[in-house]
Amino acid sequence: MKYLGIELPKPKVAVFGFTGCEGCQLQLANNEQNLKDLFGLIEVVDFRLISSDKLDNFEIAFVEGSITTEHEIQAIKAIRSQAKVLIAMGACACLGGVNNLRARFQIPDIVAEVYGEHKIETGPVRRVADIVPVDLELPGCPISKLEFEWLVRQLILGIEPHFPRYSVCVECKQRINTCVMDMGTLCLGPITMAGCDAVCPRNRAGCWGCRGPVEEANYESLVDVLREHGFTDAQIAERASFFNAFAGVEVLPSLG
Amino acid sequence: MKVTVEESVQIDVEPIARVEGHGNIKIRVEDGRLAECTWEVVETPRFFEKMFQGLSIETAPLLAARVCGICSISHALSSARAIERGLGIEVPEMASKVRLLAKHAETLQSHALHLFFLVAPDLLGVGSAIPLMETHPELISIATQIKGYANKASDLFAGRTSHPMVFTIGGTTQRPRQSQLLQLMVDLEETLPSLWKALEILRCFSLPSFERETEYVSLKGNGNYPFIGGDLISSDGVIKPEDEYRAMTNEYMVDHSTSKFAKLSRESFAVGALARFNNNYSGLHPTAREVAEELGLNPRIDNPYYHNLAQLIECFHVIYESRDLIREIIESTDYEVAAPYEIKACEGVSALEAPRGILYHYYQINKQGLIERADCVIPTGQNHANIQHDLEELVEQMTAEGKDEAEISLLAQMLVRAYDPCISCSVH
Repeated sequence: MKYLGIELPKPKVAVFGFTGCEGCQLQLANNEQNLKDLFGLIEVVDFRLISSDKLDNFEIAFVEGSITTEHEIQAIKAIRSQAKVLIAMGACACLGGVNNLRARFQIPDIVAEVYGEHKIETGPVRRVADIVPVDLELPGCPISKLEFEWLVRQLILGIEPHFPRYSVCVECKQRINTCVMDMGTLCLGPITMAGCDAVCPRNRAGCWGCRGPVEEANYESLVDVLREHGFTDAQIAERASFFNAFAGVEVLPSLG
Repeated sequence: MKVTVEESVQIDVEPIARVEGHGNIKIRVEDGRLAECTWEVVETPRFFEKMFQGLSIETAPLLAARVCGICSISHALSSARAIERGLGIEVPEMASKVRLLAKHAETLQSHALHLFFLVAPDLLGVGSAIPLMETHPELISIATQIKGYANKASDLFAGRTSHPMVFTIGGTTQRPRQSQLLQLMVDLEETLPSLWKALEILRCFSLPSFERETEYVSLKGNGNYPFIGGDLISSDGVIKPEDEYRAMTNEYMVDHSTSKFAKLSRESFAVGALARFNNNYSGLHPTAREVAEELGLNPRIDNPYYHNLAQLIECFHVIYESRDLIREIIESTDYEVAAPYEIKACEGVSALEAPRGILYHYYQINKQGLIERADCVIPTGQNHANIQHDLEELVEQMTAEGKDEAEISLLAQMLVRAYDPCISCSVH
């Protein structure tokens, strides 16, 4: 990449997947019209999903998925020791994500339900940051390709990335949408960090909080508003627990 | 012609690249005989069947989507449809059309990703599609046009390209606006020439010649090429209603895999584009059938590498059928997209054709509308045993033909890739 003769550094990038669906990795191959420009900005040295070429001299590591086995703990530690910058990517890596729904049960019961007597190694669901220090977290389920491209540009230019400090409601209102709560749909937009262009509310599905909490979220008010709209505590709990985004927020009802 | 037999071959591909998820190929040939050949599935499990327990039916399709980043539309739809069948809900016609269009968008998205970004590098002797951006710009621009259209169609009919949120129990959250449909129609028409160009480019490559007769399982067509629901059929003559999916899959565990394997009439069977092509050829859209005829392809095909060509033919099927469906919606004044329903204790099954093959979801629901039990049988899980048996026969044949280690390794990897395995999905 060269603009007006000025050469930008071209960082060596690797992408890794742990316990997850690979949907975030897949987003990197989306947004086709920018694909060539994006791959012109970085040098991909390890990205198993799309390439059999592999080098271990990466500087930036993007990591998708939760950490659930001893093998994964060792692998993420090795990645950390090589990477100058480690970026957790997506709800599974940043929050535990939907994987955490199994934390309602004991591990032997989980294994027995799916595999019967067969032995399978698994441990508790951990965020990447529970195991190694993480430099940045790229939120969402899945991540937004546009936000990924923006983050890469900031890193190359050496500008500290700032994520939105306002809620999903702001982006939803900018589109002059009717509030989905008034149409009978539960929504966590008021307490969730923006940056997704309110994709779920604008498809009339309500927000599920995949991007994690917005700064200074007013949980009490949200719970009041949701109860006023007739949503039950069980419904609120199920939605707020879905991505494990609001763990430890006591005013929110929790899953039994 | 080279006739010397390699005495000893040792191949460890750990893990294989350009497939979704983590799987290893281990091959040992000693004294010219096959000593070991294993397709190992080493993906870490997520235990979805347990995660579903205790959740409400309305949440199930959203969780189901997360089984797979590539075929999330199929999983969300399977989940909604299994619950709807349990509760006896008749989905409105408009919602069914929107859902089928979403399915077609996913199939095109997934097949295009596979053919152009995962398979094409093998055919052009490179490690990924990245160098092709410089060396084969036309191929990449065709690929981005096709995949770009498929992504736009997914956005419109499913809400986004991965993890759809619009499929509710009873239908969908909305009908796309007229202006959006008209714009998508323009995009679709602009994409058709790219697909025909893709055919011209891809037909020039020759795929490895290797055949192994096997059983093919898919939905059963009735003069159509079904993607959502209906009876199940195998090329060995088994026909069952979708509710009896367990008798069609017979899942079992193997030691070297975190995914279950499956079998039916013999040691293994295949699902996916080639199974659909072999079982339902006559139901293909006339344009797709024309393409198959041009390529000289007729059922039945027993070369697993031809999964790739069956996918290409399906790209034509889904885009031309989408064009017909979008026209029907534009001309329709029907805005009913969701059926009301009442909760009751029940069980429900759904079978549908995900891009990689037939997918089953099952739920047992209690009278509060909470899920008590769930079961998902994944296309790639059904293909694992077939991949294993193909690999064994391939390595034996190639060793006998005197192929060297590097050639065998590449052919083995291309074979696995031809199935377009979705390994994290198969483990789930």
